[in-house]
This record gives sequence, structure tokens and C-alpha cells, in this order.
Amino acid sequence: MSLSLKTEGDQHIIVTRHFAATPEMVWRAHMEPELIQRWLLGPEGWTMPVCINEARPGGRVRYEWAHPTRPGFHIEGKILEVEPYHRIVHVERMFLPDPTPENHVVTEFTPDGHGTLMTMRMTLPDPETRRQMLASGMDKGMETSYARLDALAAPAPLAS
Amino acid sequence: MEALDHTFAALADPTRRAILARLAQGETTVLELAKPFAMSQPAISRHLKVLETAGLIERRIEGTKRPCRLARAGVDAADRWLDLLRAALEQNYRRLDAVLAAMKPNTPQEEKS
Repeated sequence: MSLSLKTEGDQHIIVTRHFAATPEMVWRAHMEPELIQRWLLGPEGWTMPVCINEARPGGRVRYEWAHPTRPGFHIEGKILEVEPYHRIVHVERMFLPDPTPENHVVTEFTPDGHGTLMTMRMTLPDPETRRQMLASGMDKGMETSYARLDALAAPAPLAS
Repeated sequence: MEALDHTFAALADPTRRAILARLAQGETTVLELAKPFAMSQPAISRHLKVLETAGLIERRIEGTKRPCRLARAGVDAADRWLDLLRAALEQNYRRLDAVLAAMKPNTPQEEKS
């Protein structure tokens, strides 16, 4: 499905991915808590016991992740713009537990063949913040690559 | 990990990225590197020191000159690192593929897989 992750300029990170589903379905999977909780989980072992996503301008976003043996963390944010099935603009901070600088995220879903192309454009306040954000993904990335080796033996079950 | 921290700190600066872009065309001296930038040679040298510490460039001694070139190993490490981050995201999105496959268009969200 060819995920692309690129940096742009000093402050941006651009992620694109194709999905074999309609923009409406991909949108819902990004906005409805019951669906978000099944996939936005990172490496194996993590769950999202709390998922709040108030899909309206000014609405609150809060995702809490938990792990059996590790300290949890959460994201707190606010929805700025909602254009159903096409575009979401929101801001978020991660609490680890100290808050990270605000990440401004524009997510767009556009028809792409029989499916949907998702484009996520993140804007960080400065290059140093982006560097730290990319670096914080490192440990997870390492762990995930091992988890994926395990997963090759059997299809990954749904998270729910 | 610490080495990669240096790598990304080095890449965070636009002048250093411009220097790397220039070096991608081939080995160059400090004097030539300084030309397109509104910067003194010592300022360029400081940037080169950061890039060298990060393992992104190599410098050799040739008489009184110290030509620089890209260090392939350091550049590859940065690429590999982004690949790992891609892999972490991809794991989420494969799960999302499965969630989407279990959904039906235009139906309420109550369905379970």
C-alpha cells in the first residue's frame, strides 16, 4: 500500500498512504473512537483504553495508551476544522508525561482509484521539535520491526 | 542511537542541508563551499565540524587543503532510521486495513469484526 514518510522544509512531516476503502470509511476510522481504538496502537502490547474524539470545530481529542508493563502516555488536542469525509485540521500535544510542543496536523482523504489516498501534513513549531519527534519514534520503530517479524508467522489479529 | 541523534541535529539546520546537497555533487574544498553562502569560512568550517561529528561527511588532508565529501555510511544510517519509523507507522496502517476490510460502506459503526 506504499506508505510514504518525508520531511519537508524545516518544520513539516508529510505522511501519505493509500487505503482500499472509500474516503468516508477511512474518515470514520480516523474519527470514531470505537474504530480508532482498534488500530491506532503502535507496537504490539499497547491498548487505548480512553479515546475521545469530538468531531466538530473546538471539539476535544484525547487518546490514552496503556501497556501491561510500561508507563502509559496520552495525547490531548483540539479539532480546528472538520470537512466531513475529506479534511480534518487539529492540534495535539503528547504528554510523556511532560507536554511536547504543539503539533498542527492537516489530514486529507481524497478518492484514489477504487480507494482513498490519505495525506497527513504535520507542522512542528521549529526544526528541533521535529528532530525530537522523529527521534522519539526510533525506539518504537525498532520494537515494531521485531514485532513484525513475529507477525509474519500469523496474520495480526484486530486490536479489539 | 546517540550517533543518530547527532545525525538529526546536524540535518536540522538549513545551511548544513545545503552543504550536503552541494557535496552530493562531489568532493569540494571549504573555500568552494563557502562561495554560495553569505558566510565566513570559519562559520562554514563550524558547520562542517558538526556534519563530520555526525558522521555525514569525511574530510581528508591534501597539502594545505581539507577537501570534504559525503560519508555514505552516515547518510545511509539516517535513511535506515526513517525506514524504521515508516515500519512503525505501517504496522498501525496494516491494522487499519483490517479494520476497513471489516467495515461496510454507509453502515452504522456498531458492526464488530
